[in-house]
Amino acid sequence: MTERLRFYQTGSFAVRNRLLPVVDASVQSDPGRANAITSGHRACQGCGEALGARYALDAAMRASGGRMVAVNATGCLEVFSTPYPETSWQIPWMHSLFGNAAAVASGVAAALRVTGRDDVRVVAQAGDGGTVDIGLGPLSGMFERNDDVLFICYDNEAYMNTGVQRSGATPPAARTMTTPAVGPHPGAPFGQGKDLPRIAMAHEIPYVATATVADLRDLEDKVTTAMSIRGARYLHVLVPCPLGWGSASRDTVRVARLATESGLFPVFEAHDGEVTSVTPIRRRVPVEDYLRIQKRYAHLFGEPPATGVIAHIQATADRNIRRYRIEEAPV
Amino acid sequence: MREQIEGSQAVARTVAACRPQVVCAYPISPQTHIVETLSRLVMSQQLGGCEYLNVDSEFAAMSAAIGASAAGARTYTATASQGLLYMVEAVYNASGLGLPIVMTVANRAIGAPINIWNDHSDAMSQRDSGWIQMYAEDNQHAVDLHVMAYRLAEEVSLPVMVCMDGFILTHAVEEVDLPEQTQVDAFLPPFEPRQILDPDDPVSIGAMVGPEAFLEVRYLAHQRQMQALETIPRIAAEFAAATGRQRDGLVTPYRLEDADVAVVALGSVLGTLKDAVDALRVRGVNAGVLGITSFRPFPLAAVRAALGSVGRIVVLEKTLAVGIGGVLSSNIRTAMADTGTPTTTVIAGLGGRPILQASLEQMIVDAHRGRSADLSFLDLNTGLVERELARTRASRRSGPAAENMLRDAMADAVPESGARG
Ligand SMILES: Cc1ncc(C[n+]2csc(CCOP(=O)(O)OP(=O)(O)O)c2C)c(N)n1
Ligand code: SF4
Ligand SMILES: [Mg+2]
Repeated sequence: MTERLRFYQTGSFAVRNRLLPVVDASVQSDPGRANAITSGHRACQGCGEALGARYALDAAMRASGGRMVAVNATGCLEVFSTPYPETSWQIPWMHSLFGNAAAVASGVAAALRVTGRDDVRVVAQAGDGGTVDIGLGPLSGMFERNDDVLFICYDNEAYMNTGVQRSGATPPAARTMTTPAVGPHPGAPFGQGKDLPRIAMAHEIPYVATATVADLRDLEDKVTTAMSIRGARYLHVLVPCPLGWGSASRDTVRVARLATESGLFPVFEAHDGEVTSVTPIRRRVPVEDYLRIQKRYAHLFGEPPATGVIAHIQATADRNIRRYRIEEAPV
Repeated sequence: MREQIEGSQAVARTVAACRPQVVCAYPISPQTHIVETLSRLVMSQQLGGCEYLNVDSEFAAMSAAIGASAAGARTYTATASQGLLYMVEAVYNASGLGLPIVMTVANRAIGAPINIWNDHSDAMSQRDSGWIQMYAEDNQHAVDLHVMAYRLAEEVSLPVMVCMDGFILTHAVEEVDLPEQTQVDAFLPPFEPRQILDPDDPVSIGAMVGPEAFLEVRYLAHQRQMQALETIPRIAAEFAAATGRQRDGLVTPYRLEDADVAVVALGSVLGTLKDAVDALRVRGVNAGVLGITSFRPFPLAAVRAALGSVGRIVVLEKTLAVGIGGVLSSNIRTAMADTGTPTTTVIAGLGGRPILQASLEQMIVDAHRGRSADLSFLDLNTGLVERELARTRASRRSGPAAENMLRDAMADAVPESGARG
């Protein structure tokens, strides 16, 4: 049995807005929520991944009526949640390897189906490295077979567990330990990297969505939508990493919000390969507001500032806004 | 039921009789006929209650098998050669997690140079992976081993690799007595895992283990294989009772009682070896053969007992540990360390090179006379090798040896065949 939630874990963000009807309240504000990943794990203070995983899995637990199995790739989430002999997981949970979470999940789903337990749902989760790089082959296979798995990528834009190295999801100009802020073109190169939500959409799987830890109700809603569908589903969640990004622990939600409000991280949903909804940007901000509060971009703001590079990043944000039509028309 | 049947199909039908619930595989010669047959059995609903997953790689095949097994399904996959290497990380993971997956390895060489033919380099590369490894001598043996493999795997909570020589066995059509479904059902109870991924009893599987307990975890993995040394003969005896087919389980001695020379080997070459021994005994050379069925766990005591009285040992290997020589022979030397029995290694049959009975007879006669080198290569074309060595000496910048030698071999063949003018 899962341990009953203790109130201090819910935190101020989780407390229900009493003006809302109970049905509209967040999963987190429900003291009876699953508490899939309980307190005491070893994530850094302000870890976006820990926050995102808690909201996502509790929502998935509610949507599945508590009938769920989670498969985890190697990475921060796995390491900080299961330092032997302890575990934060109060749900059936399995870790196998770094690059195989999707395939393991496919196997779990097949076993559940064939043993007549397909009321039990399968969620696989991985960091960006375990998703866009080393795990891409098995993930693409799981998508293409339309296996009944929800795959959640917690994107903190680098290999954090091994000490912040560049991944295929590291954005241009960001410094990591393998794209250091040195030389004529400091930080990660432009013109590289993968856009996994679009790659997922190209598989025409039933559901693809993006979300961030800045809008946790939206994250819960998308998990709930995903869990209402059978087949391969993909959720890409932006989860700032204070350690790797050089942002303040208290700023995790703020950084995520600036990523969306600048247009750098478009938030949308797609059904069967077509974008069906976007989260509009209410108050558009220049990318500089987002970049400035992260030390991984500090080299852009020296004397003189790298205005060309910042403009290049701004152009990416502008393109996202055009592509997904996410700027709300001024009223 | 006795049938003239291809080895692969016999194995596939036997695996089906074991009622696997999830089969996941990626095609590679010479394993393909096994998984093709299984997919046909699943799709035609002759094998009910089974999912066949067409995965994107061997790494995914073994990973899906891990997930399926951890969720409580009896699981099967098959591979060979490059495919086995491609899944290695998951191979170790499956045994580390104690998942009773059964995998057929249709033994094939490893490239470069790419080669689809038989030797044991693939499975031997996984000798320390924590999997139990059984080697089949013929297709009947392969069939029987698969049924026993599931019993064993699920009893000792370890994955089992059943190794059968690619093409030589997988593609050979011969008479095989396929176990009846009723026999298999009576011998192999349904899979009842100790713990599975289950919302009613949530567990964390595959957690991180640090220096505090890692040694102990590995020690227990070793102990489980040691236990298997006792379990295997018992299961083989039960199998004999169920099917009437006698199986030793660990090793298969042949005419060793009074042998002066013993040849130790694995797999299908044992048949040729026995013919060679029979022929030599007529000529007064007292030779015998020891077939190793269980290579992991390695039956040190059974080997010692079987080889105790022989004067000389030749270990015939279809694999080469580059830089030292034999793999099986170092295991045999460990078993025989106290006896001081002279032991030599012969590497043969790499990449599908035929192992001729005449060559084996000569090898045994040489050993009998105490004339064998510590390490030798059966039927090595020394001319080819010498020419390549000379070329290498002449220039620091030689091309790839394989291509050079193949060209030389072709050139040598021309005058003989007269095929080219
Ligand atoms: C095959 C393999 N290669 C490399 C590693 C080392 N490794 C472990 S976690 C990790 C980084 C994980 O990055 P990501 O998936 O983005 O997750 P994060 O830690 O950032 O959440 C790496 C490189 C490994 N465990 N296995
Ligand atoms: S390094 Fe980043 S992702 Fe990892 S635990 Fe710390 S904050 Fe979370
Ligand atoms: Mg990451």
